[in-house]
Amino acid sequence: MADQTTTLDVGTQQLPARPGQERGTLTGWIQDLVYTVDHKKLGILYVGTALLFLVLGGIMAMLIRAQLAFPNGHVVTPQTFNRLITMHGTVMIFWVAMPLAFGMANYLVPLMIGARDMAFPRLNAFSFWLTFFGGCLLFFSYVGAPGLYGSGSAPAVAWMAIAPLTSRAFSVGPSTDYWSLSLLVTGIGSVTGALNIMVTIFCYRTKGMTLSRMPLFVWMTVTTMFLVLVFLPPLSAAQIMLTLQRYLGAKFFDTQAGGSAILWQHFFWIFGHPEVYILVLPAFGVISEVVPVFSRKPIFGYPMMVAASVLIGLISAGVWAHHMFTVGLTAFGVTFFGVATLMISVPTGIKIFNWLATIYGGKIRLEVPMVFAIAFLFQFLIAGLTGVMLGVAPFDWQLNDSYFVIAHFHYVIVGGILFAVFAFFYYWYPKVFGRMLDKKLGFWHFWLFTIGFHLTFDPQHFAGILGMPRRIYTYHPGRGWELWNFISSVGGIFQALGIIFFVYNLIWSARKGKVAGDDPWDAWTLEWMTTSPPADYNFERLPEIRSRRPLWDLKHPDDPDWKFE
Amino acid sequence: MSSETLTAQETDWVLPSPRKVAMIFVILTESALFTIFVVAYLFYIGKSLVPPYPHQVLHFPWLGSILLFGSSGTIIVSENHLKKGSISGFHLWWGITFAAGVGFLLWTINEWMHLIYQEGLTISTNLFGSTFYSLVGLHASHVLVGAFLLGLILFMSLTGRIRHYHHEHIEMISWYWHFVDCVWLVVITVVYIISASS
Amino acid sequence: MKAAHHPAGRDTDVIEGTSRNVQWPNCLFLLILRICSALKYGREKLIRRVFLLIIGTLPGNLGAQPADQVHAVQNIFHPLSKPAEILDDTARLVLLICLVIFLIVGGLLLYSVVRFRHRGAEDDTSEPSQVYGSNAIELAWTIPPILIVIVLVLITARTVGEISNPQFSKNVVQLRVIGHRFWWELQYPDYGVTAANEIHVPVSYLPSTPRPIQMTLDSADVAHGFWVPELNGKLWVVPNHRNMMWIQPSVLGIYLGNCTVLCGDQHANMLIRVIVEPPEDFEKWIAGQKAPAVADPSVEDGRREFIENSCGTCHQIAGTPGANGVFGPDLTHFMSRQTLGSGVADNNDENLRSWLRDPQVLKPGCLMPNMKLDDKEVDLIFAYLKTLK
Repeated sequence: MADQTTTLDVGTQQLPARPGQERGTLTGWIQDLVYTVDHKKLGILYVGTALLFLVLGGIMAMLIRAQLAFPNGHVVTPQTFNRLITMHGTVMIFWVAMPLAFGMANYLVPLMIGARDMAFPRLNAFSFWLTFFGGCLLFFSYVGAPGLYGSGSAPAVAWMAIAPLTSRAFSVGPSTDYWSLSLLVTGIGSVTGALNIMVTIFCYRTKGMTLSRMPLFVWMTVTTMFLVLVFLPPLSAAQIMLTLQRYLGAKFFDTQAGGSAILWQHFFWIFGHPEVYILVLPAFGVISEVVPVFSRKPIFGYPMMVAASVLIGLISAGVWAHHMFTVGLTAFGVTFFGVATLMISVPTGIKIFNWLATIYGGKIRLEVPMVFAIAFLFQFLIAGLTGVMLGVAPFDWQLNDSYFVIAHFHYVIVGGILFAVFAFFYYWYPKVFGRMLDKKLGFWHFWLFTIGFHLTFDPQHFAGILGMPRRIYTYHPGRGWELWNFISSVGGIFQALGIIFFVYNLIWSARKGKVAGDDPWDAWTLEWMTTSPPADYNFERLPEIRSRRPLWDLKHPDDPDWKFE
Repeated sequence: MSSETLTAQETDWVLPSPRKVAMIFVILTESALFTIFVVAYLFYIGKSLVPPYPHQVLHFPWLGSILLFGSSGTIIVSENHLKKGSISGFHLWWGITFAAGVGFLLWTINEWMHLIYQEGLTISTNLFGSTFYSLVGLHASHVLVGAFLLGLILFMSLTGRIRHYHHEHIEMISWYWHFVDCVWLVVITVVYIISASS
Repeated sequence: MKAAHHPAGRDTDVIEGTSRNVQWPNCLFLLILRICSALKYGREKLIRRVFLLIIGTLPGNLGAQPADQVHAVQNIFHPLSKPAEILDDTARLVLLICLVIFLIVGGLLLYSVVRFRHRGAEDDTSEPSQVYGSNAIELAWTIPPILIVIVLVLITARTVGEISNPQFSKNVVQLRVIGHRFWWELQYPDYGVTAANEIHVPVSYLPSTPRPIQMTLDSADVAHGFWVPELNGKLWVVPNHRNMMWIQPSVLGIYLGNCTVLCGDQHANMLIRVIVEPPEDFEKWIAGQKAPAVADPSVEDGRREFIENSCGTCHQIAGTPGANGVFGPDLTHFMSRQTLGSGVADNNDENLRSWLRDPQVLKPGCLMPNMKLDDKEVDLIFAYLKTLK
């Protein structure tokens, strides 16, 4: 036990210099970030990239909402609108949500498992820069795609690149290729990143940390990265086929040559459905860390939480065609995928119950991370239930491809995942930067964004029920959609304000925030055992643990977890 | 960046080898990639609107298969030599493996030239052409990468850069090579047996 | 509140008819009325009432009385066709189940967050009882979701079977819908009629004498989608993949719908119009569509301009040599349509002139280019088209 005491002593030293500061110059700082192979700096780069693209994607959303706020809108042309919706979806999923997943995992996983870095640090840097370059390539389409004949610009085929709209005949110019190629590049970054994280988790856990003692965030990350490894290649395969079709005349999805447009959808959604679990599982991981700490109780039913998450990952492989209920599947196909989709709601529901049971009987502290986590629970509950509704195929036969679906998945991604990401920021920012985020600004951010979120996405359920389809650049008055669209657009303004408060908080608190110390939240996992920010080598001595909450054991030597687990 | 950072007492804490875990996951992810091309091939059997059709132009790939499957055997032999400490034996059999891999690639080029120029089958001819060249081409590209790795190891070993503690690195390359062979088995089954007979 | 003209057999019609007359100021009165009606009717119909209560008070289109009443606001919970009704029953049940789950779980969440807040001094760091889990409780809350899922699965299977295997009576109307960018081609094979954009179908007055319309969906170019919520769920319209759906509308009127799959720049204005009319009117319309084009000698100049400007290479006008193109909509009976441009604008003089001058003004991105007609050509062709009744 002597090791633990010395490690704890290390934790009470003064604040070490922040990354790059020791170099002193701006160029030194930039050089440091560009050449770094340190998982913490790469994690910050990933998250910073995600924030940048969040703002860009958000501006696109504001334009979309401006165009749709009134019937017969003239804010943008139909061509521009179709590019906006394609880019908005593509950017938000691949360059916001996924880099966030990788960034959070990169920063936290080695610290949580008591390692010094990732298994392959140079590969880690490679993965990040590929991701970043892919994003630049996609945005270059605005500039470079017009080419010689003035056709093209950003891709305009929807984020799922519907075939045969994507073939040369209907998508003139290279805009669709920017979609394929930027995603192929970023996809390689994602797969190599996932590989790295998996190897790290399996091979670099500190002594005593068996798989059943890992923090739940690490378990969610394992499941996520496994899904990335298995289900990103189908997307790459489909994109390779599409590119071969567009450039070498291959016939994969060429309906004139007997090809199948439906096959594209199968390939895309075989990737696309596990993708949404790739996005949401890290959010589950964040909630599973935040809720116990701020309820002052361990997570209720750790083994069941692990089992449920792994089960979700496995079942997610078999539900993809619920995105295709209306394309003309056989009755058997519809029923099979409907059953699988409904099955996945059971482990998901169990997780919600477990979080609930963690809160129940606790001593809840309503700090900003917890407030975001509670909002997550409400909103994810609603999102899950609209998902269950859509999983009942006959219900989906009406509401597929309508604003009800848009409302459902934005409830998951914004109301669920983004709220969990905000909780991540407020909870771990002190660890990363050594200072607390301002609480008052945090509550402004929370309320503005929550109000905006609900103003935008609650009415969209009704617009869908009243027949409003997706991806339309305008609509006639008298269809019953005007009120809902107007309210929805107003909500965007509140969300934008919330983000402004958030970004300001991030910047202001880096210099002026309250000094955090090692463990400002009185938490229990290993990252809180070292300095804030951690030294380059993470831990002076790698800790040895005996339970799921090593810091609880240290703080309560008479009542340690390993006696009861 | 390995278990060497633990102190002396912790000898009972054994974690899997990172190289092995990494290679297992590489094989997993590549399998997922190949699966989609195999599915596309199977789905489009019999759906081409114009000739040539598989049974007309495909002949069982005896030479290529002997070369490739044989090279799996020779790589095992070379590894055994390395374990025994026989570097010259390792060089010989590793070199034969490398040559077999290159031979497979040459055989592929020969087959494709025949298909393109004599049979008129290109990637844009019909669904069969698209799925055939993409699947077989993807496999061939992996053989190319594997052959490159084999050649690199051979060069590094001949110039004295390989040590005994590189045995796991070399083992991982042989795992990759065996994987490429397994994929060839799947390709033969799907392309040369199933589609050529339907 | 007069009862709407409705076929007998659906005893909810009185309520639904009144719901369509909802103006916002009358909403509250109607709510109260409905609560009373709900209590009056049997329990098995209570579910239907509850939903009308909640969802029926959404702005609904006006009651379906005369045949030209436009159902512009389509509400999936106001089905007016047999398959839509089948879907509606399922949808309401599922919505109810999910609503109950939300109230229970959300309520527990709210309760927990309020009840177990940290009370007491700020520096009180005593910890609550550390509970790790309970197998009994885990089991207890795993079983009900599994049961609910089983119920939902059974509901799904039954409904899917009901819609997918319709038994059609012999008087079924066959309709071929072919999606184009950005308009709908229509064929009635039984009658040898080719039309465009506005679908006419006979109404099924009584459930005992249904007149279903069986629709096959094909595409001439990219994937489209067909959706008129009050008539049925939606279905993709995919090239090289024929789909089948059916409708059986029971209420007269004009139903609006949309293309639901992004197909290009004017996806938003590839609108659907289904005109449900009495059987006699439907037969009259069919007869009118079968007739050759009106050959009015006074617009002979216009007809010549139409051919000379290559309009006929895209647009067919039956019985007119030189006008047999199929890339664009059939114009033989253009004036029998209420809208032009597949619903983007009303078919009136001003819009028609604008379209002829430059279609890209009303429908930017549509596939009819600006034909660069001068004023004289526009006038002549305009006069000609106006005779094509």
